[in-house]
Amino acid sequence: MSSSSNTPTHHTSTIGSIGAPSRRNTELALLVFAVVIPVFAYANVGLAIDDKVPAGLLSYGLGLGLLAGVAHLAVRKFAPYADPLLLPLATLLNGLGLVIIWRLDQSKLLQSINQAGNAAPRQLLYTALAIALFVAVLFFLKDHRVLQRYTYISMVGALVLLLLPLVPGLGANIYGAKIWISVAGFSIQPGEFAKIVLAIFFAGYLMVKRDALALASRRFMGLYLPRGRDLGPILVVWFISILILVFETDLGTSLLFFGMFIIMLYVATERTSWIVFGLLMSAGGAVGVATFEPHIQTRVQAWLDPMHEYMLSQSGVKDGIIHSEQAMQALWAFGSGGTLGTGLGQGHSELIRFAANSDFILATFGEELGLAGVMAILVLYGLIVERGIRTALAARDPFGKLLAVGLSGAFALQVFVVAGGVMGLIPLTGMTMPFLASGGSSVIANWALIGVLIRISDTARRPAPAPAPSPDAEMTQVVRP
Amino acid sequence: MSELTLTVMRLGFLAVLWLFVIVAVQVIRSDLFGTRVTQRGSRREAARPQQAARPAAPPQQRQQQPPSGGRQRRGAPSKLVVSEGTLTGTTVALQGQTITLGRAHDSTIVLDDDYASSRHARIYPDRDGQWIVEDLGSTNGTYLDRSRLTTPTPIPLGAPIRIGKTVIELRK
Repeated sequence: MSSSSNTPTHHTSTIGSIGAPSRRNTELALLVFAVVIPVFAYANVGLAIDDKVPAGLLSYGLGLGLLAGVAHLAVRKFAPYADPLLLPLATLLNGLGLVIIWRLDQSKLLQSINQAGNAAPRQLLYTALAIALFVAVLFFLKDHRVLQRYTYISMVGALVLLLLPLVPGLGANIYGAKIWISVAGFSIQPGEFAKIVLAIFFAGYLMVKRDALALASRRFMGLYLPRGRDLGPILVVWFISILILVFETDLGTSLLFFGMFIIMLYVATERTSWIVFGLLMSAGGAVGVATFEPHIQTRVQAWLDPMHEYMLSQSGVKDGIIHSEQAMQALWAFGSGGTLGTGLGQGHSELIRFAANSDFILATFGEELGLAGVMAILVLYGLIVERGIRTALAARDPFGKLLAVGLSGAFALQVFVVAGGVMGLIPLTGMTMPFLASGGSSVIANWALIGVLIRISDTARRPAPAPAPSPDAEMTQVVRP
Repeated sequence: MSELTLTVMRLGFLAVLWLFVIVAVQVIRSDLFGTRVTQRGSRREAARPQQAARPAAPPQQRQQQPPSGGRQRRGAPSKLVVSEGTLTGTTVALQGQTITLGRAHDSTIVLDDDYASSRHARIYPDRDGQWIVEDLGSTNGTYLDRSRLTTPTPIPLGAPIRIGKTVIELRK
């Protein structure tokens, strides 16, 4: 045996990754870059609007830099082997969001309809809270496998979060979608937090049940048909997502909820049939609900014929339905942006009016940075998702794998649902662009999500300790001939 | 502010944004295009005289010849691939480190398999860089091709190593 020539303790590499050092310095360099870009953008907006470098440049730059620095130190301390890209990517998106929110704050039109004014300082405050939660996640969650213990508590927690907006007196109906609750003057979107808690539940549940779901099936026309009793969970999840659609009238939350389950089910079982079932069921459910729910119908109308909606909203017909010009204005914003955009601060995306800095913030990017800028933003989102999936591949325990896939899948779905809605690919929903959009719940929940992903990637990339000398082999089943 | 300055800033900002994207992709290049750690120059030089000697090589070495031709040193395996079992598709880059397999959570490849022992087997390179598989006294044994391992054994390229329900092999 010639094992003396190599040292077993010496960087036993994790699956797929290079037996690399922690890469914290790479992260720091990228992080500096990620703070400089928004500062540049901020100066650019100020120069374009007021002809001078904005007064708040130093404070915003320092604020963002300080938050990024704190997050970086926390990662260095509590998760030294974490993925080097997740933090800079999230910081850059958050910073760009802050700049665009500030830019929309300057718009007289939005100020006059009370849609903006001081959203940017508030967003910076929410970002600070979010970074605090991020650090707390890294500090308290030493090992993501602990979450596995709370599988069924997570289920109850997620259901409570999802159903909170329906509680009378607590839920707030904001322009048709009931996905907010208002507590002490703050409106919170519990669905944003529910997606993390749900991912924990799905990961814990599927880890236990995946063999039954994957293996006990019949083959029919190239598809694996699951047994009737195994269809139970997917039917329950589908039913709940339909309930959300009916009672909270929000297509986005419903789609996110169900889509995440399908993605995780597919990853856990490797059965394409689940995707086919999932698509059929969600399409059937959405069409079914759309036939009788007026709010959804308006959204679908605005999607199919945004120009008609625009005309209705301009002519001021009173038919009991709020007609919105947003969808058409957003499309015009993208159109007038062209390939290279009008330049920061020089667009007219304030014409979107309501929710210009939250749900529709991507339209401002589309107008002022053009196709080139929007593609860069989408690639940044894509990279976050890629790092999440990569973390899942590298994770050594099935729970961590599923959790990472679920979280990044939910993130990807959310980006798709929002971007698709704003660009007119799918009907609009009440969700917000992660990190970019103005809104406390979204930014806080997404930083927590990044925190969990960083924790999993740290565990996955951490060099394995030397094997303990006493193997507990007695639990191994013996193959009987 | 003049039109020109603003245009320059606009294009400059897009350039900086894309520069960030490119730098970020560079950081994870190994994920997208595969690990390539060795210095190419020295490897080419090492490979060239060998390629000339190839036609004279004995026939049993032929299967080790890389299809791309002469890029790998002595047809040494560069990765370990799980070809059957719950981890199918997983690959581990071979970089001179010991790879442990078993149900224990600190194994390099954690086998989720009731028929695998906690510390089932390990795979390591000997002094010449030849990869060796060794059974660590497992309950159900480790099989190379069809034979159960009793001693540390060199692994031929592409030979299936069976551990419980999992099959792994070394590939280039």
